[in-house]
Amino acid sequence: MTIAPAKAGWRFRQPSVIPGFGLTLGFSLAYLTLIILIPLSGLIWRSAALGWTDFWAIATDRRTINALQISFGTAFIAAAVNVVFGTLVAWVLVRYRFPGRRVVDAMVDLPFALPTAVAGIALTTLYAPNGWIGQLLAPLGIKVAYTPLGIVVALVFIGLPFVVRTVQPIMEEIDKEVEEAAATLGANRFQIITRILFPGLAPAIITGFSLAFARGVGEYGSVIFIAGNLPYKSEIAPLLIVIRLEEYNYPAATAIAAIMLLLSFVMLLVINLAQSWSRKRYG
Amino acid sequence: MEVRVANVRKEFDRFPALHDVSLDIKSGELIALLGPSGSGKTTLLRLIAGLERPTRGKIFFGQEDASHRSIQERNVGFVFQHYALFRHMTVADNIGFGLKVRHGPSRPPAAEIRRRASELLDLVQLSGLEKRYPAQLSGGQRQRVALARAMAIEPKVLLLDEPFGALDAQVRRELRRWLREIHDRTGHTTVFVTHDQEEALELADRVVVMSQGRIEQVGSADEIYDTPNSPFVYSFIGESSTLPVKVEDGEIWIADRPIGLSAPHAPSGEAVLYFRPHDVELLDGCSGCIAGTVAASRRVAGTRRVELEIGGERQRVEIELPVDHPAAQKSRVAFRPRRWKLFPAA
Repeated sequence: MTIAPAKAGWRFRQPSVIPGFGLTLGFSLAYLTLIILIPLSGLIWRSAALGWTDFWAIATDRRTINALQISFGTAFIAAAVNVVFGTLVAWVLVRYRFPGRRVVDAMVDLPFALPTAVAGIALTTLYAPNGWIGQLLAPLGIKVAYTPLGIVVALVFIGLPFVVRTVQPIMEEIDKEVEEAAATLGANRFQIITRILFPGLAPAIITGFSLAFARGVGEYGSVIFIAGNLPYKSEIAPLLIVIRLEEYNYPAATAIAAIMLLLSFVMLLVINLAQSWSRKRYG
Repeated sequence: MEVRVANVRKEFDRFPALHDVSLDIKSGELIALLGPSGSGKTTLLRLIAGLERPTRGKIFFGQEDASHRSIQERNVGFVFQHYALFRHMTVADNIGFGLKVRHGPSRPPAAEIRRRASELLDLVQLSGLEKRYPAQLSGGQRQRVALARAMAIEPKVLLLDEPFGALDAQVRRELRRWLREIHDRTGHTTVFVTHDQEEALELADRVVVMSQGRIEQVGSADEIYDTPNSPFVYSFIGESSTLPVKVEDGEIWIADRPIGLSAPHAPSGEAVLYFRPHDVELLDGCSGCIAGTVAASRRVAGTRRVELEIGGERQRVEIELPVDHPAAQKSRVAFRPRRWKLFPAA
């Protein structure tokens, strides 16, 4: 008997032997459609009603562009800051045993739990020119609250747990023997970290970055308190959407939202590709 | 390179893992540290590598005291049980790592590193796999890469921690023979840790038997097997049977019968007789022998192993009989150990 060669062309991969594939996939798709796809297509639908020229006019409006730049720019910087210090926090929590470690560990999650408006107000109070930290910075000519720098501070606060919580478990899994092997081969501490540990953590760090970044782009509650919300200077895109809504200018609001959606999607796609590339390499 | 371990003690949180251990390893020797888990064999290996610091005592590489040299400076090749390969690097990069992290003039040029890596891959019979990642290799292949990586830095000593422990029996036997060949060809002073006595006896020039943080005996396979110097070594290496006996005027007695063995230098009193179950002489009559009734009988490969109940106290002892021996259930069997040893009763 000969085995027929596999038919060319696209087909379902043989699902695994675990039953329930059809049911769970069907449910997942229905659920995602309901929760994500329908609202988002509603968004596209509403902004499509605008017509191309109007849409383009809103998209290229100075105020829109500035707001988008501020939103994506500050989110990017904040995510980058979080990658550095979040990884450091994760390192301290994983590698060292010290009194109060559990408290620090629990503290990392606070930005998840705290209402973002509370965080925003607290940060504003601290960083305002007459606040605890603000009055120390003011003589140095550094103004944090009511500037894009303030937005970055708020987004760093909001995004920290995303990096720590994605990097931490991967760091815990690092085999001590791998480090010891590198040491017996003559690698010093710095070389072990940069050549052995860091590449192994890269996929987790990229995930943490993209989560913190995505969260930062969409963040509203904490930012509006500290940002000062000066159009063209420290006005974030989500706020601009709310302003347009309050003006009953729904097409403009949905148009900006659609642009944000598109930009976020592209950026996350790029990050995911980088992710799968590094996973393939560093598996 | 000779390695000398001098009166080393190691404590972990005040719990002693090694008590005052001394060991001389000759240059070019292949030596096995053998013992049950918790015997301190891995700790000793890690101390030699510099992965642990001794609580007391010194470790010499040649004439030089290496006790306070860092791991990086010791220049040892260490092979881990679970390979510990760098999974984000190709096989060639793994092997070249030790050369790449060097500084200054001791670091060979990239082309030279590549050449060495492929040379070592030839040595470990993995030619052509330079570009693979560790995840794409089998367990046996990974362990070979780990060995090649350790040898790339031209180590003074090669240390292997249960190198075949994670592999299946067939691959293990194959790699054992292969490691011996590599050792004979390269002549590295090699120390490996194992809990598999067959592996230790077959592979090593000398075997170090360890138990509870102490070295029990050091010797060749023959010495360890034929003249064990402690009850532990006797029962840990190979099969052994034991019987409580009494010594009187240099004669050995079980209960009220002499068994025809004399131990002129043994002190009188209680003792334990150790012998190998296969190393016995079967007797017909019994005037001066050990006799018992067959309590259980099992066929084990080429022999039959029977359990005998000896004397009124029904001490059980195991011996091996030829398969065609007529001894069935309840029949009496008389024997005398050919080679045996007395140890004082515990």
